[in-house]
Amino acid sequence: MALSTSSAITLNINGEKHALPVDHRTTLLDALRERLDLTGTKKGCDQGQCGACTVLIDGRRAVSCLQLAVAAEGREITTIEGVADGETLHPVQQAFLDLDGYQCGYCTPGQICSALAVIEEHAAGWPSAASADVRPEAGVPPLTPEEIRERMSGNLCRCGAYVSIVEAVARAAAVHEAGSAQGIGTQGIETPGLEAGAAGSVGTEGAA
Amino acid sequence: MKEFGYQRVFDVPGAVALLGADPEARCLGGGTNLVDLMKAGVERPGLLVDVRELPLDGIEFTKGGGLRIGATVTNSDLAAHPEVRRHYPALAQAVLAGASGQLRNMATVGGNLLQRTRCGYFTDLARPCNKRTPGSGCSAIEGEHHNHAILGASSHCVAVHPSDMAVALAAFDAVVHYETADGPGELPFAEFYLPVGDTPHRETALPSGALITGITLPPLPVAATSRYRKVRERASYAFAIGSVAAALDVRDGIVNDVRLALGAVASRPWRALAAERVLTGGPAGAEAFAAAADAELAAAEVLPHNGYKVTLMRNLVVALLTELAEEAAR
Amino acid sequence: MTTTTTETTAVRGAVGTAHTRVEGLAKVTGAARYAGEIPFAELAHGWLVVSTIARGRIRSVEAEPVLAMPGVLAVLHHGNAPRVDTDYVGMLGAPDPTCAVFQHDRVPSMGWPVALVVAETSEEARAAAEALVVHYDQEPHDIDFAGGHPDAYPLDGHLPAVAEKGDLEAELTASAVVLDAEYTTPEEHHNPMEPHAATARWDGGRLEVVDSNQGATWVVGELAKLFSLDPSAVRVRSEHVGGGFGSKGLRAHQVAAVMAATVLQRPVRVVLTRRQMFSLAGYRSPTSQRVRLGADPDGRLRALEHRALSLTSTVHEFIEPSAAVARVMYDADAHHTANTVVRLDVPTPTFMRAPGEAPGSFALEAALDELAEKCGIDPIELRLRNEPEKGPVSGLPFSTRNLRACFEEGARRFGWADRDPRPGLRREGRWLLGTGTAAASFGAGAAPSTAVLTAEADGTFTVRIAAADIGTGARTALTLVAADALEVAPDRVRVRIGDSDFGPAMIAGGSMGTRSWSWAVMAAAKELRERLALGADVPPEGITVRSDTTEAIGALAQKERHSFGAQFAEVAVDVTTGEVRVRRMLGVFAAGRIVNPLTARNQFVGGMIWGISMALHEEAVRDRASGGHVGADLAGYHVATHADVPLVEADWVDDPDPDDPVGIKGIGEIGIVGAAAAVANAVWHATGVRHRHLPIRPDRVLRAGTGRGSVGERDAGHRR
Repeated sequence: MALSTSSAITLNINGEKHALPVDHRTTLLDALRERLDLTGTKKGCDQGQCGACTVLIDGRRAVSCLQLAVAAEGREITTIEGVADGETLHPVQQAFLDLDGYQCGYCTPGQICSALAVIEEHAAGWPSAASADVRPEAGVPPLTPEEIRERMSGNLCRCGAYVSIVEAVARAAAVHEAGSAQGIGTQGIETPGLEAGAAGSVGTEGAA
Repeated sequence: MKEFGYQRVFDVPGAVALLGADPEARCLGGGTNLVDLMKAGVERPGLLVDVRELPLDGIEFTKGGGLRIGATVTNSDLAAHPEVRRHYPALAQAVLAGASGQLRNMATVGGNLLQRTRCGYFTDLARPCNKRTPGSGCSAIEGEHHNHAILGASSHCVAVHPSDMAVALAAFDAVVHYETADGPGELPFAEFYLPVGDTPHRETALPSGALITGITLPPLPVAATSRYRKVRERASYAFAIGSVAAALDVRDGIVNDVRLALGAVASRPWRALAAERVLTGGPAGAEAFAAAADAELAAAEVLPHNGYKVTLMRNLVVALLTELAEEAAR
Repeated sequence: MTTTTTETTAVRGAVGTAHTRVEGLAKVTGAARYAGEIPFAELAHGWLVVSTIARGRIRSVEAEPVLAMPGVLAVLHHGNAPRVDTDYVGMLGAPDPTCAVFQHDRVPSMGWPVALVVAETSEEARAAAEALVVHYDQEPHDIDFAGGHPDAYPLDGHLPAVAEKGDLEAELTASAVVLDAEYTTPEEHHNPMEPHAATARWDGGRLEVVDSNQGATWVVGELAKLFSLDPSAVRVRSEHVGGGFGSKGLRAHQVAAVMAATVLQRPVRVVLTRRQMFSLAGYRSPTSQRVRLGADPDGRLRALEHRALSLTSTVHEFIEPSAAVARVMYDADAHHTANTVVRLDVPTPTFMRAPGEAPGSFALEAALDELAEKCGIDPIELRLRNEPEKGPVSGLPFSTRNLRACFEEGARRFGWADRDPRPGLRREGRWLLGTGTAAASFGAGAAPSTAVLTAEADGTFTVRIAAADIGTGARTALTLVAADALEVAPDRVRVRIGDSDFGPAMIAGGSMGTRSWSWAVMAAAKELRERLALGADVPPEGITVRSDTTEAIGALAQKERHSFGAQFAEVAVDVTTGEVRVRRMLGVFAAGRIVNPLTARNQFVGGMIWGISMALHEEAVRDRASGGHVGADLAGYHVATHADVPLVEADWVDDPDPDDPVGIKGIGEIGIVGAAAAVANAVWHATGVRHRHLPIRPDRVLRAGTGRGSVGERDAGHRR
């Protein structure tokens, strides 16, 4: 029996449903750019080696070049086009704009989507390779420039705008933290992946 | 990329049935390695079995007090898990040292184990490579090999295994669990990866059509004082040129228990049993650490451009064990 | 639009005030469309097939099976592609035949374009391109690049090959201190984040190309000549460009797209893959450089020799003029510099950020550091003692030369005065610490451009100029320049760029773009203000003037015109693992008037980060057996990540160019110059070991150790 090599799927992108037939070979990145005219997500390497194509899938950052579109059905996808709240920029976007966190702009959507996730991941208590002690009793390390750099390292910027990108992420994280401290929601997007998260929460129930 | 079928599965029997029936079927987890290799033409599956909806995404204590980690747990969830960080910190560190935040969110534990080498000749269809095309030859031995194997390699292949996670798992005596149409099975980590020999294309002892369902970590008190260090050619987002996972328990200056595994030196994560034997029951000090490293690296075979790895691994082992010993003394 | 200035009503002084990018909103929301992102009806996708041999001939292209594959529309190759004319001299000389695709059966390098497969979708095009079988008659290739190559010959590029004065050997013999050292830099690739992309179509008898390039009218000129068209029959647009660094001129993808659009009579898009960029986008040649310096005991140079070897392809001459930087930097009684090249079976290299200066300054400024050590003189003092009064070789006066001010300001801010010059003394945990410095210079030029300026009936102004903003902030800078020239607030000026229909203009290259375009904008504004001063009402279609700076720029007096800078770096080195980390970096530049401090700082810092990347990471490796790359991707070719880049600061001293209407010199390239040397010099200061071969990779650091035999010599293990 010949297997079908294409499927009719529905992608949920920025809260909107898009029905389309896809060749199974089509990556989410190519579906966005070539089929749905959502060209804000960039193709830098098509190999998972640069981060320009970063989007949020179920609230978590992912490289869309290695995500097959057919396998993304049923998942909540957020692209750079869905980050702002109408005309109001997300604090991360605003910080990139104000602090010149880019030059050519091609890595920027990926940097911004990644930064959104970095702030959420840190708030959820995830350690990083820059964290001196990963044991839970060590607590969550503060989001220092060194932590931001490590956590953002999956996003290359060939123009070398790293210094201002890190400043922008730090500023946006401070806005986020201030918002959380006041118990109000930031203008942020939903990131259910971290809260509901979590394979991990299953496991801790078994803790003796 | 050639055309292929796609099937999402929701239970293990369904997955195993598909995998068993079609030799061209491959599991799709995060796709971070497989999809890349399909684009390169190295992997040419006829059917992708999407396993991410399988109920294998939990991390829980085993009855004995170890941890069972489901095959579809993402690398991120593994590294963020409080019990992993508490009882096996080197495992969390190893995972965090790999790839990027995006890739760790996608990549699964099962897929991580099955990663293929990043040898530049393996992914270039125009060059000979015994791992990709058996019998075609090894381009690296006479070519670019400064990041190739110094231990356990053969004249057929000198590629190294790229996983960081697997180095920690090797140190901690993990067991890989799988399922085939004939039922469940398991492989101790030491037997999971095959020696290179003259069959570098055969990388694991998994039976054909098997689905990795998870790994178990034994209860291992020494793992609570463990650490992973990775050296690479830039500060992040790069594969290792050398790494070490070490766990050390020192009592009254004597090594009570130790686990040591080396990364980026062989076709598989390299458990340093010879070094462990030298250390166990002996004094915890720089001299002993160096002697242990030398014992492990005595078998090293180097090529013209990778001899530095012997020095690197020796220094790394000594440095990491020294750090752990100093912390234990505090 | 948000600006960091709150005074949007100000009518003077936009230049020199920080201003966020005018296209910033589009860039942070994903609305900015780059070349491969403009939709076209009936678009077809082309995928290049490149050679898998480094030298030989194409015996056959098995197109028939591929034409039967789903969606495939055409297979273009040397047997059926339209002919093009390469017998012309373009803006930068004769064209690189690599771009004139599918004209013959010869293969002169690995990765040479041999066919284009066009299909309805990109997936189909890719699958068909991968399936296309090409048979070759392979010939032996030579890719071995090494110093002292017997076939090397001097070649004039954008700078003369050889400049000599004085008796070199006599002065070396008379010198109390002599340094003789060889330095190498590897093959380096631009790797802009946006891969090269072009969509071509015929529209009413006119060829339209939406492209990612550094100069729209430049590409029009080349395409018109190649396809024997009148330039007015070709339009090239490139509104947003995702980085270029010298790699985005005429390339194989545009020509292939035009051919396919011509054959199929429908729009065709061709995008290079990252891997293809390594063989088709140009690169910086590896260099082998020998520097000989002779000095009096007080450090005054008697002899300076800098000989640089680079490579080029067998089909086109390009030279990396690394030795030329000495002609600007330092005087000596005997001063010999020579750039030589060897032809090998490799792709043609090209201009890459600070061509010549980047690798040349690594060798020269590292050599100066070594000489300072030998003389027992502070490296900054050594440089200041050798500051020339006039061009060391040309004898021409400098327009301005504020290198001393850069070093003084930089040394103060970096804390240089407290530095113990002895190497290998500072330790922090496993890290040895050190600091280093280096000087920088880059040519400051301008080239003729035209601009169109319209006073609109609504009181706003529109600038049209075929400039390219490849990330430099040019669009914003031109907005500020125009605002000041027109004495209006920037928000009343709209700048439109990246369209060849706006007329001839300089490319974004040579650090000359913003200066050249600003000059044209200033000239147009002057005329427009004169017209408006006559008091005429602005008609509905506006009042439009056009400027051309050809005459004004041609009248510039001959001078040594350069930007200068002082680079400082602090590094940490773990000699037991070979890891090197840059801890901080400072650059102070004298680079003309700074139009927009916000974007200028970013660009200087970006250049310095290129220096970090060059010093520690970047290296394309070629496989001798095949003649091609190993690991031609962003995992195999390392560029600096976030984690490699600490706080890097850039600042500048007042240095307006007296002969430029705005005072601009140009800042695109000087940030990288000297940066790698500053890092390498800091590595010496940390470890006591000179690293003369870039990149300073962990294996090289491990082998070198501390130079005292403590760790580096223990490469045990049996030889396999």
